[in-house]
Amino acid sequence: MLTCENEKELALRARNMRCHIIRMLEAAGSGHTGGSLSIVEIMALLYFKHMNIRPQEPRWPDRDRFVLSKGHAAPGLYAALCEAGFFPEDELKTLRKLGTRLQGHPDCKKVPGIDMSTGSLGQGLSAANGMALGLRLSGKAARVYTTLGDGESEEGQIWEAAMTAVHYKLDNLTAFLDHNGLQIDGDVTKVKSMLNPGARFQAFGWNVLYADGHNLRQLDAAIELAKQTKGVPTMIIAKTIKGKGVSFAEDKAEWHGVAPKADEAVQAIEEIMAGGCK
Amino acid sequence: MAEKIATRDAYGKALVALGARNKDVVVLDADLSKSTKTAKFGETYPERFFQMGIAEQDLMSTAAGLATVGKIPFASTFAIFATGRAFEQIRNSIAYPHLNVKVAATHAGITVGEDGGSHQSIEDIALMRVLPGMTVIVPADGPEAEQAVYAAAEHDGPVYLRFGRGGVPVIHGADYQFKIGKAEVLRDGGDVAIIACGVMVEAALAAADLLAAEGITARVINMATVKPLDAEVVKAAAVQTGAIVTAEEHSVIGGLGAAVAEHVVGNGNCPVPVEMVGVQDVFGQSGNPAELMKEYGLTAADIVAAAKRAVERKKK
Repeated sequence: MLTCENEKELALRARNMRCHIIRMLEAAGSGHTGGSLSIVEIMALLYFKHMNIRPQEPRWPDRDRFVLSKGHAAPGLYAALCEAGFFPEDELKTLRKLGTRLQGHPDCKKVPGIDMSTGSLGQGLSAANGMALGLRLSGKAARVYTTLGDGESEEGQIWEAAMTAVHYKLDNLTAFLDHNGLQIDGDVTKVKSMLNPGARFQAFGWNVLYADGHNLRQLDAAIELAKQTKGVPTMIIAKTIKGKGVSFAEDKAEWHGVAPKADEAVQAIEEIMAGGCK
Repeated sequence: MAEKIATRDAYGKALVALGARNKDVVVLDADLSKSTKTAKFGETYPERFFQMGIAEQDLMSTAAGLATVGKIPFASTFAIFATGRAFEQIRNSIAYPHLNVKVAATHAGITVGEDGGSHQSIEDIALMRVLPGMTVIVPADGPEAEQAVYAAAEHDGPVYLRFGRGGVPVIHGADYQFKIGKAEVLRDGGDVAIIACGVMVEAALAAADLLAAEGITARVINMATVKPLDAEVVKAAAVQTGAIVTAEEHSVIGGLGAAVAEHVVGNGNCPVPVEMVGVQDVFGQSGNPAELMKEYGLTAADIVAAAKRAVERKKK
């Protein structure tokens, strides 16, 4: 259960992360705004409540792992890592610039706290499976978390990996589907009939849970339930809004891969600080 | 007639031995474990063997995940699927983060035989060689294959191991010590140097005999590590013999021949004629391995002809 105090703290973290996302993207002049904003509550719950991590010891062998399979939402991950103290806030403005550790897509060789390099869609769930298999083999209680995109799930490899996770009974794995319903070319149901992903994962044998991806209590309950589930991996279908928290970007496919300009960033920060637009 | 061992059999045997001494070694296969010879490891260490089914992309990225938590995964399938089907997984999940995954592919080259061109990987060396930080090893025989498996496990970083389907004559003794990046001069000679890898090393030795009978002395070099290339040995061969023949069961584009040619005209700064024996920018076809090697110009006689051309060119 999420206490009121927890919820307040996480909401504050989420607000800070949204501001970080807007500021770093504005400074970069390019990058993925919509899908970074849609995963903020998921990231806040993982990095500030559920994941067993040590920001001062990023390679701690017993830590829980996270794989951002939809790697283009890197600003969402960087915001969480910076908030958690893995690297200084100042560094966020180097996003996507020559020589930076904060590459356009997550690079586990460069950034403390990143467990896997991702960006080419469809590969992260397999990597998360490998981590879960390896940790279990080593007798570690650590858990593995991963966040997929709904558009990303058009990749065939996601379904290869979906079979693997069930075949190997990876109950130490919890996946989130950031189901914001949009991809670059439009609605996921129009681009490739990505209809009812929950039923699809269920048919593959997953424990499927549903949550409002911006409701901290619902997400928290689902994560807790996943931890208690034995013998199968859990997929949390998180219904989200692309661009969440910024009125002009919300639910707009065109904000998939566009960074806010200076005036837009000012408005976005105002709206985020005011507590969202809807 | 020398004893024949398929390098894939040596791989399977080495894996079992390696599994006993290193508990971090895990093996993944994509429904070909009987053919890739990983099955024995699976029987011996079932908890460390992961059957991935016919899903090569998942195979490679899962291996990557295992490597991030300290395991040493050997990911096996046929070369065509490992490096072709799952190329981008090897690139982005394994090579880009420089993870400690050993891509151990079998059934490479045209000696796959009757399965035909769709299954004959003639571009895998090129595909793996182009990846930054990837080590590429093409063992010549059973003992070298075995040693290469141990060396790959010791090496921290991604490695591509290329094994063949058919038996190849054993040219190395039990005391042979393979080292990554170190070429082996099997025979000395001053007129031409034959730089070969894999099954072509045996053909290179046979070619040297034939050339000797015609008064041409050939240095024979086993370049089992295609990347990193043993630059010193290549340069010495270029400077001391003035003519090079490369021989590989692979396309002449992008493989060992290309690596050698790039070095002699590039960083090695020792330009000499280079004649490449390999598959000439065409796909293979069904046939028995011996017929195919003849059809595609990969015999000792083809190396002899190439050596003569190289020697002729240096006179000009």
